[in-house]
Amino acid sequence: MLGIHEILETIKMIQEENLDIRTITMGISLRDCGDADAKTACRKIRDKIARYAGRLVTVGEEIAREYGIPIVNKRIAVTPIALVAESAATGDYVYFARTMDDAAAAVGVNFIGGYTALVHKGFTGGDLRLVESIPAALQETERVCASVNVATTKAGINMDAVALMGRIIKETAARTADQNGIGCAKLVVFANAPEDNPFMAGAFHGAGEPECVINVGVSGPGVVKRAVERLSPDADMGLLAEKIKKMAFKITRMGELVGREAARRLGVPFGIVDLSLAPTPAVGDSVAEILEAMGLDRCGGPGTTAALALLNDAVKKGGAMASAYVGGLSGAFIPVSEDAGMVRAVEAGALTIEKLEAMTAVCSVGLDMIVVPGDTPAETLAAIIADEAAIGVVNNKTTAVRVIPAPGKKPGDRVEFGGLLGGAPVMPVSRFSPAGFVRRGGRIPAPIQSLGN
Amino acid sequence: MERSQRIIVTVLGHDRVGIIAGVAGVLAENNVNILDISQTILQEFLVMIMIADISGSSVDLGSLKTRLAEKGRELGVQIDAQHEDAFVYMHRV
Repeated sequence: MLGIHEILETIKMIQEENLDIRTITMGISLRDCGDADAKTACRKIRDKIARYAGRLVTVGEEIAREYGIPIVNKRIAVTPIALVAESAATGDYVYFARTMDDAAAAVGVNFIGGYTALVHKGFTGGDLRLVESIPAALQETERVCASVNVATTKAGINMDAVALMGRIIKETAARTADQNGIGCAKLVVFANAPEDNPFMAGAFHGAGEPECVINVGVSGPGVVKRAVERLSPDADMGLLAEKIKKMAFKITRMGELVGREAARRLGVPFGIVDLSLAPTPAVGDSVAEILEAMGLDRCGGPGTTAALALLNDAVKKGGAMASAYVGGLSGAFIPVSEDAGMVRAVEAGALTIEKLEAMTAVCSVGLDMIVVPGDTPAETLAAIIADEAAIGVVNNKTTAVRVIPAPGKKPGDRVEFGGLLGGAPVMPVSRFSPAGFVRRGGRIPAPIQSLGN
Repeated sequence: MERSQRIIVTVLGHDRVGIIAGVAGVLAENNVNILDISQTILQEFLVMIMIADISGSSVDLGSLKTRLAEKGRELGVQIDAQHEDAFVYMHRV
C-alpha cells in the first residue's frame, strides 16, 4: 500500500515544483500523401492529420484530469515535408506549410513539426526548394516548425547546407522583424537529428518510424532543483548523482505512464519517452538554477561544464531505468530565453555563447534560443552552426542551433517572445570573420569515429 | 499494463468537524467504495488520504472530481482525486 508521504511527495512535485508532462507528440507518416498534384497531396495531408490526431487534444486533457498531472502541450510531428512535397510538380512549398498550419489548427494543437529537410550529404531538388521556402513558410504560418539536418557522424558536415542556413536564418529574422525575428525560434539546424524527438521546434517523424506513434517529453527541472537544495551543502558528488538519478526516475515514470495510456486510448503504438529536463520561464523551473544549487555562484562560471555533465548523466541513468523505450533528445536542455536562470546568468556577464558551446558537448542539445545582434553576418551564423555540428559529429551526439538574430537589436538590448519561448538579452558575438572558411563550401568528411564496422 | 480501478482522494486544509463525513458522503452517493483512510497533521494542516475503488462507480472520474471539489469548497478544504497509477508508477518498481 502507498504511504501518505509518497502520495504527498507526488502532489508537491506537481503543485509546487512544476512537474509536468511537457508534450505528448503524435508522429504521423505522410509518406503515402505524395502526389504529382500539390493540391491533391495537401488534401491527403489534411485528411490524414485530421484522421489520426482528431482526438489527440481531448485524450491528453482526459489523462491530465484523471491522473492529476498537467500535460502542457499536445503536438504533431510529420514526415519531413521535403520527402512528401518532392513528387509534386510545384515550386510553391509554402502551400504545404499552410496546409500543415491549417491541419494543426483544425485539431487544436499549438505546434506541428516536420517542415524539414535532411541534407547532411547533399540536396535533392525537393530539399533545396523546401529549405529556400523556410523564411516565407515561417512568416506565413503560426504553428509550423522547421528543421534542417546538415550533418551526421556517418556523413560529415555539409558546409554548403551550413552556409545556406546562415542566410536562411537571416532572412527568416528579417521576414518576422516586427516580432523580433520570432520565426527563427521555430527553426532548428541539426547535426545527428533524432527521428523520434517529441520536442519542438525540432520534432519530425523520421523515415524509419511506423505509420503513427506517440512520443512523450517530460519536464522537471524544478523537482531536481528542490531535491538538490534539500541535500546538505557537504553532500559529495556521489550523493548528488544518486539524488538526481532517483528524481529523474520518478519524473520519467510519469512520462512512461502518460505515454502508454495516451497510446492505448488513441489506439496507436507507444514510441519513446524523451528523458529531457526541459526548463520553462516559470520561477524555479530552471536548469541553470540546478547547477547553482550544486554550488556554483552563477551558471556559466568555472565548473559549469562539469556540473552539467554530472547532471546530464544522472538524468539519463535514472530515466533509463524508468522507461522501456528511451529516445529523442534525452538530456538536460540549456535554452537561454526559456530559462530564467540562464537569462540572469547572461545579464550578470557569467554566461557567454562560447561557454554555452562548451556546455553543449556534455548535454542535450545545443545553442538554443540564443538572441544575437541583428547585424550578425550570415557567414558568422553559419560558422556557429558548423562549430556546433562539429561537436555533435565528432562526439556521436545530437547538437543543434536555434539562434535569433533580432533585427535592429544590439548587445544588451532585451527581446521578448512571450509564452514558453520567454525573453532574453541580446548576447554579443565574436566580431572576427569566418567568411573565408565558410565560403569554401563542400563537405567536411565524416570523422574516423564513423568507421565503426 | 494492468488497469487498476482505484483512486487516491486527497484532502488538504484546516481540520474541522465533518470533513471525513463530507468526503465519505460524496463517495457513497456515487457508489465508490473506500478501501483505506489515513491522515496526519502537517504544519497545522490536515492531510487526509483515502484509497477508493471506482469499479462500481455511477459516474466517471472527471465528474467525481468535480463533485469532490464542490464539497471541498463547502467544507473550506481542498479535495482532489487522482487515478492511483499516478502514484504507484512513480513510487513502485
